[in-house]
Amino acid sequence: MNKRWQTLFAVSLALASAGCSRKPEPGAALKPTGFGAALVESSGGKQIGPTGMVLAQPLVVQVNDDQGTAVTGALVEFSGPAGVIFDPPSGLTDSSGQLSTNVALGSMAGRYQLSARTSTKAQKLVDLKIEEIALGYQQQVGFQLDNKYCARCHDPESTAERVSNYDNLEVKPHPFTEGDTLNKMSDAELMAIISHGGPALNKSALMPPYGYTLSKTEIEALISYIRLISDPPYHASGMVYAQK
Amino acid sequence: MKNALSSLWQKLFGHPVRAFGVVSLLLLISLAIAPAKNHFSEWRHYQKQYLALIASRGDAITLQRHFHDHDGIQQIWLPQLGVVDRCTTCHVGLKEASLADVSTQPFRQHPVIPHTLDQFGCVMCHRGQGPATTVEEAHRSTLAWEQPILPARYVQSSCGQCHRAPLAGTPQLNLGRNLLGRYGCVHCHTIKLPDGSVIQPTDDPPSLEHIADKTTREWIYAWLKDPQAYAVTATMPNFKFGDPDARDVSAFLIANSTPLAGDTAPAISDKDQKTPDPTAGASLYGESFCASCHAVQNAAGNVVGGDVGPELTRVGNKVKPEWLRAWLRNPRVYDAGTAMPHYRLTNPQVSLLTAFLGNKTDSDLLANVHLDAATPEQIAHGKLLVTEYGCASCHEINGIKKPDNFAPELTRIGSKPLTQVIFQPGMTHAIPDYIAAKIRQPRSFGAALKMPQFSLAPAQIDALTTALLALTDRAHDLPLALTVPAKPPSNYQPAGKAGKLMDDMACFTCHAINGRGGDMAPELTWEGSAVQRQWLQAFLKNPGTLRPALIRRMPRFNLSDDDAKELTDYIMTVYQTAEFDRDSMPASGYTPAQVEQGKQLFYSKYACQSCHIIDTKVDKGYIGPTLTQVGSRLNAAWIYHWLKDPQAMRSGTIEPNRNMKDEDARALTAFLVTQKGASRQGAKK
Repeated sequence: MNKRWQTLFAVSLALASAGCSRKPEPGAALKPTGFGAALVESSGGKQIGPTGMVLAQPLVVQVNDDQGTAVTGALVEFSGPAGVIFDPPSGLTDSSGQLSTNVALGSMAGRYQLSARTSTKAQKLVDLKIEEIALGYQQQVGFQLDNKYCARCHDPESTAERVSNYDNLEVKPHPFTEGDTLNKMSDAELMAIISHGGPALNKSALMPPYGYTLSKTEIEALISYIRLISDPPYHASGMVYAQK
Repeated sequence: MKNALSSLWQKLFGHPVRAFGVVSLLLLISLAIAPAKNHFSEWRHYQKQYLALIASRGDAITLQRHFHDHDGIQQIWLPQLGVVDRCTTCHVGLKEASLADVSTQPFRQHPVIPHTLDQFGCVMCHRGQGPATTVEEAHRSTLAWEQPILPARYVQSSCGQCHRAPLAGTPQLNLGRNLLGRYGCVHCHTIKLPDGSVIQPTDDPPSLEHIADKTTREWIYAWLKDPQAYAVTATMPNFKFGDPDARDVSAFLIANSTPLAGDTAPAISDKDQKTPDPTAGASLYGESFCASCHAVQNAAGNVVGGDVGPELTRVGNKVKPEWLRAWLRNPRVYDAGTAMPHYRLTNPQVSLLTAFLGNKTDSDLLANVHLDAATPEQIAHGKLLVTEYGCASCHEINGIKKPDNFAPELTRIGSKPLTQVIFQPGMTHAIPDYIAAKIRQPRSFGAALKMPQFSLAPAQIDALTTALLALTDRAHDLPLALTVPAKPPSNYQPAGKAGKLMDDMACFTCHAINGRGGDMAPELTWEGSAVQRQWLQAFLKNPGTLRPALIRRMPRFNLSDDDAKELTDYIMTVYQTAEFDRDSMPASGYTPAQVEQGKQLFYSKYACQSCHIIDTKVDKGYIGPTLTQVGSRLNAAWIYHWLKDPQAMRSGTIEPNRNMKDEDARALTAFLVTQKGASRQGAKK
């Protein structure tokens, strides 16, 4: 009697698990034809894009062997936090040893640690960490304000559309990614310097006030954007709550 | 078996007392089902989890108090919007700012957005079933619900239900709406907006009435087979024509084309071309700022240049030189409505550019295209194909009328009932997945479908899906008072001879006036109040450099003195602001003390040199226009009012409002009007 129940239980468990795993494992069908020793990022890391959206550039990784030459046909699998979608999630490297995937970040703003993984001939796993930043609504607004009003001076890099004014300034502005400096400033200080200009904090008058041009909400959005892209990352000071 | 059952029956109901007891017991048990279901309900489980989560936090007492103020099932009821949302029953921490670090659902804090939960509820943006209180029913389409939760990647579509105009925070929606026009989706699919208007295409596909003047049958054939092989940025979709079909369509289009007078120009006498400087064509292309509108793919494969006009990487493969010469001489002969300005180039210049562009070829493009002379059957078959595939929806073709409603209307596509949708096997049964798959690969839903394959990046497909998902029943049925309307399109047209000149030079391609026009160059609605007549007339004749860092600049249109004067008169008279009187500030006569004070303010208090240049030796700022000759360029009253409130003079300008005191603005004006510039080198060069 007892035994019958056990078999029944086992059968139903098997049925249930079969029902749950209807979807075949992606990449399970892919058989690697090559094996590398190292995984490097070719392009597409450190991108900034809105939450949930496909990043502008695909993420491209390359598999090399121990001599540093590209390996064709190596299996690479991408993974990331919940909500991140890779298209494709895994694949074999092409003739130049590269695999490209389109990444859509999750629905929450923040930094996303993604990883790519390949295995060596000896079944040793090789991991590559990639970081991307997702902008929520507020940071997205900040990003656009930065583009329009700030980047011309605060971004030392020129683009095809915009020549940077950074080098022309006697007192150099802080790039917004410069966490070492900006992370030490409080939100209130940033708010003051953006609203009232450099002299508000005894800094250069070359930084004009934007408090009569931008609304408080807009400046808050700008600050939340600056906080998100800062490198090293910004951690708000204040009460730290214990987490279980 | 039967015996066993009857003995069981006997045991339970054999005796009246026993039967009564059993029935009572059953009744009691059944009465307990409802409270038990309630007790074990999912939402109670989540609320208990939440209490456990907050118990260990520093502000547990505050959080607990907030929670117990709203215990049990929660509901946001907004009759005007048709919202009954119980989402906050499980999503308890949405409004708790101190939960910013909690990343487990359903307890996350809601990100900062411009709306509050109490005003709009949840399903307005996220869709799903608001009244449901279980995870499955609320989010998924498991229970035959029409509306599962909207994936986060399309959430901006919900903003578009009420907001008809572009929003700063919804780049994806803005892009998608833009693409609907730019890729010409709305040529075939009608999209009516809730305000009654119809989305208009913005791609301006060329007329094919005189196509034989412009290009060869071989090029049409190659283009039809793969438009992106000719130009990677081409928006023309691929109709996946087989070789015979492409042969017949090209045969029909060439046979159907009629010649147009003045459409081709013979090569001019050899005298002008004898010793063409090989770099002269490239310099003329650069000086004319062709790259502001036209892109070219460079050796590295990057497409560099503007996207107003077509990409020119392989233009030599496409256009006939005699057509190109006529086009460069005056594009309005071939296409009266083109965005291309009439440059008034001289004959040698036209020859130079024709030769330069003619060299932009790809020897592989037409290498394998060999077409025999077309037969009448082929031409007839080509006509049939052109009609069947709705080519005339986009292009004007002699003898073929633009079909009405060639493709299904998409006015309410975001709420299309699932029962009307044929999904592919293995596809998630939800509208967003359906729309995205349709755009990604239309013919995967059936080889006989006519919708062509568009060449779109994944982000563009997502954006288009987002824009289409905004077209819901809710968007159409919302009371108009609750929507944020878009600015109605302006059909402003300047009058008279000057108006004709402005059309001829296609001013509106780059400049906006009274709400009509592009945003590549400054808005000119009040230009007459801003500038001085003399400067304007000279500038129109020969545009100098105002902003040194700008890559896209005003080209030279080789205007005659009369035309420049006509245009100057019109701008100076018509494009005036009513905000102030042009003559309210003197252009000269300021005391040296005032000028000196202005200079002090310029360099110290307001540090204008971070963006502007007054003294080319010292100043380096090149974000704003160079001010070395601003006293000869701008009107004094304009300078004063601009300093007081730049955005009031030209909305959206990036010069910050400094909240300047009157006397500071006056002193700065005094200083600036004295900057007359020693020479006009910049303009002469």
